[in-house]
Amino acid sequence: MTDAVTATPPSESPSNQWRDVWRQFRSHRGAMLGLIVFAAILGTVLLGPLIWSMDATFVDMRARNKGPMMGHPLGTDQLGRDMLARLMAGGKVSIAVGLTAMSLSIFLGTLIGISAGFFRRLDGILMRLTDLFLALPLLPLLLVMVMLFREPLSKRFGPETGIFILIVGAIGVTSWMQTARIVRGEVLALKEREFVLAARSIGTSPFKMILRHILPNVLSPIMVSATLGIASAIITESALSFLGLGFPPDFPTWGRLLFDAVDQIQLYPMRVILPGIAISLTVLSVNYIGDGLRDALDPRIRGR
Amino acid sequence: MLTYTLRRLLIAIPTLLFISLIIFLLLDLAPGDPMAQMPLTVPPEVKQKMREALGLGEPIHIRYALWLKQFFIIEPMHILDAMFGTNLGGDAQRIISWQTRSPVADIIAQRVPQTLWVVGLAYVVGVAIALPIGIISAYKQYSWFDQIGTFISMIGFSVPTFFTGVVLIIIFAVNLQWFPSIYDTTHKVTGWDSFVFQLRQMAMPVMVLALYNASQISRFMRASMLDNLRQDYVRTARAKGLRERVVVLTHVLRNSMIPVVTVIALGVPTIFGGAIITEQVFKVNGLGQLLITAIHANDLPMVQTLTFIFAILIVLFNLVADILYGILDPRIRYD
Amino acid sequence: MKLMTLLLGAGATLALAPAAMAERGADGHVNVIYSQAPSILNAYLSSGTKDIEAASLVIEPLIRYDETGAMLPWLVEEVPTVENGGVSEDLTTITYKIKPGLKWSDGTDFTAEDVVFTAEYCMHPEGGCAQLAKFEGVDSVTAPDPLTVVVTFVGPKPFPYGPFSGGQSPIIQKAQFADCLGARAPECTDANFMPIGTGGFKVDEFRPNDVITLSANPEYRDAAKPAFATMTFKGGGDAAAAARSVLETGEFDYAWNTQLAPEVLEEMLKGGKGTLVNAFGTLVERIEINMTDPSPNLPEGERSTAMHPHPIFSDIRVRTAMSKAIDRQLLSDIGYGEAGRPTCNLVPAPAMFASTDNTGCIPQDMEGAKALLDEAGWTDTDGDGIRDKDGMKFSIVYQTSVNAVRQDFQAIIKQWWEELGVEVQLKSVDGSVFFGGDPGSPDTFQKFYADVEMYANNFDGTDPESYLAMYTCDKAPKPETQWQGENINRFCDPAYDALVAELGKTGELEKRGEIARKLNDMLTKESMVIIPLVDRGRLSAHANTLGGVVLNTWDSELWNAADWYRIK
Repeated sequence: MTDAVTATPPSESPSNQWRDVWRQFRSHRGAMLGLIVFAAILGTVLLGPLIWSMDATFVDMRARNKGPMMGHPLGTDQLGRDMLARLMAGGKVSIAVGLTAMSLSIFLGTLIGISAGFFRRLDGILMRLTDLFLALPLLPLLLVMVMLFREPLSKRFGPETGIFILIVGAIGVTSWMQTARIVRGEVLALKEREFVLAARSIGTSPFKMILRHILPNVLSPIMVSATLGIASAIITESALSFLGLGFPPDFPTWGRLLFDAVDQIQLYPMRVILPGIAISLTVLSVNYIGDGLRDALDPRIRGR
Repeated sequence: MLTYTLRRLLIAIPTLLFISLIIFLLLDLAPGDPMAQMPLTVPPEVKQKMREALGLGEPIHIRYALWLKQFFIIEPMHILDAMFGTNLGGDAQRIISWQTRSPVADIIAQRVPQTLWVVGLAYVVGVAIALPIGIISAYKQYSWFDQIGTFISMIGFSVPTFFTGVVLIIIFAVNLQWFPSIYDTTHKVTGWDSFVFQLRQMAMPVMVLALYNASQISRFMRASMLDNLRQDYVRTARAKGLRERVVVLTHVLRNSMIPVVTVIALGVPTIFGGAIITEQVFKVNGLGQLLITAIHANDLPMVQTLTFIFAILIVLFNLVADILYGILDPRIRYD
Repeated sequence: MKLMTLLLGAGATLALAPAAMAERGADGHVNVIYSQAPSILNAYLSSGTKDIEAASLVIEPLIRYDETGAMLPWLVEEVPTVENGGVSEDLTTITYKIKPGLKWSDGTDFTAEDVVFTAEYCMHPEGGCAQLAKFEGVDSVTAPDPLTVVVTFVGPKPFPYGPFSGGQSPIIQKAQFADCLGARAPECTDANFMPIGTGGFKVDEFRPNDVITLSANPEYRDAAKPAFATMTFKGGGDAAAAARSVLETGEFDYAWNTQLAPEVLEEMLKGGKGTLVNAFGTLVERIEINMTDPSPNLPEGERSTAMHPHPIFSDIRVRTAMSKAIDRQLLSDIGYGEAGRPTCNLVPAPAMFASTDNTGCIPQDMEGAKALLDEAGWTDTDGDGIRDKDGMKFSIVYQTSVNAVRQDFQAIIKQWWEELGVEVQLKSVDGSVFFGGDPGSPDTFQKFYADVEMYANNFDGTDPESYLAMYTCDKAPKPETQWQGENINRFCDPAYDALVAELGKTGELEKRGEIARKLNDMLTKESMVIIPLVDRGRLSAHANTLGGVVLNTWDSELWNAADWYRIK
């Protein structure tokens, strides 16, 4: 396994390596499909409002609870707000929160997991910290965070960005523990492997060792955590706004649309199914992208 | 390994004390008021008197010390009393819930059976279906089995339980009338018929939760198996002529278990935490519902005690996971 | 007092309605579901509606209110009044005559001593009694003989029925609670969970925050009642699930407070298993206007205090314009359907206290609102669509608690106000924080760090005196009082305070009604400090096979559960 890494001629420029990764990625059908779907969702959410310029919060009392029709291709909700506009506006927030919060949580989890697994001296203290975070009751913690940071952040960055930072921070800070535990477990096993011993014996610095030898080998559980992380971040965001801790109440997000419509599932099933599909499709496409990316980054497969 | 375990258990004591302090401070800092659910018709002076009667007038360090004493000395004595019929506890004040004015421990004990029946069983079922699915999915990567498994587990994870639960109720309770939509916590299994009823009322919540658990665990199982199937030792083992079954189920599986063990060990304490949303949807009223109503009512003794028991389980099961790592991969050394 | 005797008469005929059932326990089992689970069955240690209503199955007051708000003698011979000599001429004492032969469910006699003890229990200084306000002004409660109770007040009490009337103030058994006085109240877990009562049912098992198992009280005063031998009282879940279990799956017979979107309920009713009942009380959903400046730029301690009057809302024309822009009928239809009706009153009932001519706010008047704002000097000078005056923008924060209907209301009202040229920022806060009095949190409704806020409130029983007295100057929440106080708007008008004082001294019922109506008008149409929106009724569901349900908003909803029977 080590030979695959060390066999790469040092003269080869990194851009070449990335080209290989891309070539391998392209050959992965699921991953390409995932990428296309994800790009399509992203495109709809970002560019859609430019074409479909209806305001997602506009209340139209004469058009309440309508099915798909001219002017409202996906129908309207209980206040006559256009569902298409709401889904697009909601998607922008949900995807942004999902991706950023997931990245933050994965970054923290990986950092803490690798440090704890690799450096024995840090292990005890970092893992006890993980225990502490796992044990803290989430709801009071969030309430405290909102109480302490909402006003300063809104003052500093404006109300919307402020709340965005707060939500992403809150979700990121409360969801890294599982990744950290998993990564640490893998690292504990990895660092006793021969190739790490070999690398150490030739005097590789710990930093380089982590980057070149450890990190690539713990990538697959991280990828799984990341895909699952997006889904839970989107759902957690809706729970937060449901508790009044998130975005203002008229601000649509996918999770919120789903939650609000559950009572009306028998009457207007479309209203529940649409945001449900949107969330699942996003998570599914990210999952396949993750699969392809992991394969592409694995030198053992790339060669074949 | 034994000295390691002992050392870890010793370290766990100060860790847990520290965690309990942090939880206590956090709960104290959190905005909220045990009187929040009182109707607005109750005048503020009366609310203030009620708060004082709950002991909220005392400074925080005294309340914390009292809780420590009650949790570590008085409650264990009461457990001993209940077991051996002694009277060690005597008249000492136990931890009293602010909502119900009754001992917290009694309510928790009352909630354990339905939580274990539903949440615990769902976890066991979830793990039992996740492992084979993960293994087969990895072994036959990109086969139709793998694709369907991926699809279902992604849906299972990305669609929240408040949605799947309601869908199941509409299909199975409202339209087909197979299962009851409301869980009867007073039901006692005494014979075959009541056992069948118990199965029927558990079916839906267990299904919902098991799907959620299984989708998560199977993803980790699959990813880890995939990693190991590509390792050189697998090629070597096959070259040596070992049977495929032995290669996959003994060597690969054992080496792939580390992340899965971590995830499962992290999941076991959450059984005790209950499943807040699923319990709410099916009215199971287990520990999750107990915790969330206590949080909403700002019943601090209840929240503190539940969270702390949860913390003990977390510390314990993470230790179990660490020991299991050493058994799964003897190269891992802690000393 | 004439009107009251009239109401009493009506109540008495109702109570004499023929009993439909002949034998106790003949109808088997009944299932009741509450979307909030009861935590305790002692109304004196919790005033949560769920707890009081569950407890009302077991423990009863001396006087109940019926569905019209009239008083019914429940455990006493008659409702004491000045006319029948039960209330002294100087309004300082009230004498109750207990019905003879009443028994507790354990078979012992119900005596005046139990009533005296109940007062002692609640008035104990260390008990933290939740119903202490009911006993305000009580000097002593004595029992000259086993069937007579005399309550003496420190001064004249125009409304002397506070103690021992309604679901909030039931009688508990002395023998059971004797050791539970004061600080020892929480130690009596068994008594608090399984009180011995005189009601139709007795508790067999109580699981806090989950389920109660009850059975017919063998000692109940009417040998033919209750028709049901056993009852399961389940708690938890949400309103939708509770409604579904009665209307669609038929697993339960009675569901409390099934407040859902009207079209959702309509769909559930197609299940054909149950019906909805609704009744109106005094609960009014309203928008309260902050009369002080909540600007975050003010230093902590001065924000939302009388030190800084509100820069926009101090002008009555602006407040009126805000109210005119609202179409209350539409809000009521969308949010509450059958169980709501538009109102301009803070006190919508009972009839003698409700200001009937205050209906001017019902029609929406957008143009009138715009004209008022123009007149007040708020115009859009810079053409950005938002009105301004002296360089200040008309921009407000509109907060409420988390609740699906409230969030819909917020979205609709925001749009109307934006049409006026007002910039509106919405905020919703978790109910346990919003209604919690934590002085450390910036999000409580008392602190009112917003320009307007929306919630609902009502009053206990039928007399609005203490309700209207909440809006006097001295009751404004401020930092010195840890933000405790009921005058949420910080409304302050000496004329109002004087009138409240007069109400406290007036015993004559018609005069009281007149003063109360005047006070109501002062807060609503004359000052527009409070913008009432919807008079919210109570909506509950019961199975088609459950008979005898009379929905009552003036007392516990389960007030007549002993009269329920199975329709076969």
